[in-house]
Amino acid sequence: MWPQLEPLLAKVAKPARYIGLEDGSQRPEHANDRVAWLLAYPDTYEIGLPNQGLQILYEILNERPDAVAERAYAPWTDLEALLREQGLPLFSLDTHRPATDFDIIGFNLSAELTYTNLLNMVDLAGTPVRSADRLEHHPLIAAGGHCTYNPEPIADFLDFVVLGDGEEIVAEITEVVVKWKISGRPAGSRAAMLRELSHVSGVYVPSMYDVTYDGSALAGITPRFADVPEIVEKRTVADLADFPYPKNQLVPLTEVVHDRLNVEVFRGCTRGCRFCQAGMITRPVRERPAEQVRTMVEEGLRRTGYDEVALTSLSTADFSGIEDLVRDIADSTSNNSPVSVSLPSLRVDAFGVGIATQLQKGRRTGLTFAPEAGTWRMRQVINKLIREEDLYSAVEAAYANGWRRVKLYFLTGLPTETDEDTLGIAELARNCVELGKKYTKSPSVTVSVGGFVPKPFTPFQWFGQNTVEELRRKINLLRDATRKSHGVQVKWHDPKATMVEGIMSRGDRRVGAAIETVWRNGGTFQEWSECFDLDLWLAAMEEHGLDPDWYAYRHRTETEVLPWDHLSAGLHKDFLWQDWRDALAEVGLPDCRWTPCYDCGACTGYSIEHIVASATPPAGGSQGTGQDLGSSVPVSLLGRKPESASVGAE
Amino acid sequence: MRIRLRYSKHGKVRFTSHRDVARIWERVLRRAELPLARTEGFSPRPKMHFGLALSTGHESLGEYLDVDLREPEADEIDLGMLPERLSPLLPLGIEVEAVSVINRSDPSLQEAVTSCVWRIEVPGQSVDSLTSAVAAMLAADAIPVVRERKGKQVADDLRPGILHLSVLGSTPDDAPQAGAVFEAELATQPRSIRPAELLAAFDPPLTEGRVCRIYQWINEDGATREPLSQGAHVTAAAIAGAPREDYSDDRSHGRAHHTQDSVGSDGISDAADASAFDFV
Repeated sequence: MWPQLEPLLAKVAKPARYIGLEDGSQRPEHANDRVAWLLAYPDTYEIGLPNQGLQILYEILNERPDAVAERAYAPWTDLEALLREQGLPLFSLDTHRPATDFDIIGFNLSAELTYTNLLNMVDLAGTPVRSADRLEHHPLIAAGGHCTYNPEPIADFLDFVVLGDGEEIVAEITEVVVKWKISGRPAGSRAAMLRELSHVSGVYVPSMYDVTYDGSALAGITPRFADVPEIVEKRTVADLADFPYPKNQLVPLTEVVHDRLNVEVFRGCTRGCRFCQAGMITRPVRERPAEQVRTMVEEGLRRTGYDEVALTSLSTADFSGIEDLVRDIADSTSNNSPVSVSLPSLRVDAFGVGIATQLQKGRRTGLTFAPEAGTWRMRQVINKLIREEDLYSAVEAAYANGWRRVKLYFLTGLPTETDEDTLGIAELARNCVELGKKYTKSPSVTVSVGGFVPKPFTPFQWFGQNTVEELRRKINLLRDATRKSHGVQVKWHDPKATMVEGIMSRGDRRVGAAIETVWRNGGTFQEWSECFDLDLWLAAMEEHGLDPDWYAYRHRTETEVLPWDHLSAGLHKDFLWQDWRDALAEVGLPDCRWTPCYDCGACTGYSIEHIVASATPPAGGSQGTGQDLGSSVPVSLLGRKPESASVGAE
Repeated sequence: MRIRLRYSKHGKVRFTSHRDVARIWERVLRRAELPLARTEGFSPRPKMHFGLALSTGHESLGEYLDVDLREPEADEIDLGMLPERLSPLLPLGIEVEAVSVINRSDPSLQEAVTSCVWRIEVPGQSVDSLTSAVAAMLAADAIPVVRERKGKQVADDLRPGILHLSVLGSTPDDAPQAGAVFEAELATQPRSIRPAELLAAFDPPLTEGRVCRIYQWINEDGATREPLSQGAHVTAAAIAGAPREDYSDDRSHGRAHHTQDSVGSDGISDAADASAFDFV
């Protein structure tokens, strides 16, 4: 539909985000015996294009003889208005084909506030937003990504949900759907095909489950048929070495976030930060072999022309032999040009700064650390076991090595947080500025504060989050405490957005009606501060008789049925509950990569193991900082002793 | 060594911005493993010098880019092969057509270029109505316009900057919107007149359809030449001049036929036409 689109693009902002043509993009040939996947990201191209999950699936699917894959992103409001005015549908970027030509529209969901965009894109695709209203000829609407560990708020809009790593499961889904496609999709066959899909491990088909309530409380989510699984287990790729994707990373023609070569060095994290959903649901740690990383970096740089590579993971400094790897890449040249390496997450210690110093030979502008909480007590609660000395040594090393700006990430609204903990943030920031004065005239420390949202499958899933007013009070406390501190700047995330994220994060299926109402009332791009509108959400919740406070602020009890109890991230619920009790008792838990197993369930349940090249933790420590914290750290070793201290595949 | 490249930009890729194209070039020059000269300092960038910016959405058959190469490595490069080496690395729709060595002391593209020839599609116009509108504009002694300059409204006369206008006929079959098409040579000195300004100055204003920059000219002492000096290495496609109807996405696109149905000219463009690319 390029000819119809072309005149519209002359009238919209940043039209380059709709043309495709990226290096690495494909123009697959559709056919009757090939399942056509439209891989969609419910936000703008600039945010969605770099998404590695979609890029991996794009290549894996296009390599298959029975599948083709193209991509779509949310059109900005100007183009959406023109499309609707002209009666044109959502389109793919690769061959500019209408979304209605696809069999599956698969969304990556990384942020709750994009849910209304998902509905908008489904509607733009000429498809009823509720799965119950769809007919045989409509595309299947699917979702994967971290948000789908609680898909209930959007369950009524999705035909199926994928839990966990997508590399293997997309093949199994394709095999079911291709049979249906070849059969010509006779009337009434959609439900039977979905039922068959529910047999694929890792696929959740919401329409195959009954939801029952006991008054306002959820009583259970149970399969409607005996052959549909009671518990849907996530999928985990055992060895990243089998999947060196993306092989041809897309190189956009226009500016996007993370515009560089990205190479995933490991998946999973067992540091055990209790607020971190990503670390809990992606276990165990699976390192990519260092040789494969080197090859992917070398070939990727040569092919793309980028002069920057990011080594991605949840905590890249923990990669076995990271120093050697970084030194090799930083010393190499590609295309006659110096290569810069970036690590998206830096550990809070001098070791991390040491690596950063190696990486950034050029101008040193800013370094970012995430101590997450203002006091040692609070950091024990969240199991981010960084001592003040660790932070100060890291910050001093940064200033001593020429950096001028330091950015510190914190969460506020954490369980058991007191004003002392909040003010501890100001104290840390001020002390960092003082340290910087030894090395530079005007050191600057930016404190970035996010409101904490409890997530499913974390020890904090039972915690009632702080109210908008309480978060605002804490932010003001922090602002007042730093007002006279030269060099300290405070930035914060809007507590109103935090509240809506909280409703979506732990909501049940009833919340879906409110999401639909917000969308119908024009509430798209809610993760953009200029578009976010809390009043839209509160009005929609009220219209459907839903209490936002009950969803966001209420503490859950041990016996309460949670909306995601019929799904599994491998983690035993009693492990999470014990970790929650430990948190409240301010007891830390070491990283199980290098210490005994606690039987959280993520490995044992699926007969998989950590794949870590080095059996010893980096820089001599097994704690959150990677430093040897000595015996003074009150860490309790829970769980059983391992049979062997070594790690790695057997 | 400083080389000057001429390239075209057409099809879907026309929706990239000037800034986007600069970043694309930076990556492509790295991939081509050319011995790029770099700026000094903490974050060395390749030394590239772009000509007059092309508006997002406009196509072009004549874009220019100067690149500095390190010596003596640069002497090893077969410049004749360079277009064929670079084009496959560029996105579909951007093609290198010619390259030549220029003197470092030569004025920059932005200083040197004096006018641009544009082919402008006007949707919804008949050839006749466009012909009379163009005639009226050429007959005018002055075309007063008000434009914004540094936040202030200033009066300006567009007429001296309009060097040539001619109606070419109806829009080609592949045009997104049917209408008529004309060609305009607009001065870039003392300031660059944009096609949008020209269209807005018609009475009534004309709608902008597809716009393509056909040539950039350097007028020195009354003689007109294109920014590549004599002896440029030009690809076969550029010499052959593939028909302009070919707006498809394949890579066979080349230079346009330059047939004119001139309705009034001050002669510059015709003179230019005669000398256009006859250096091959």
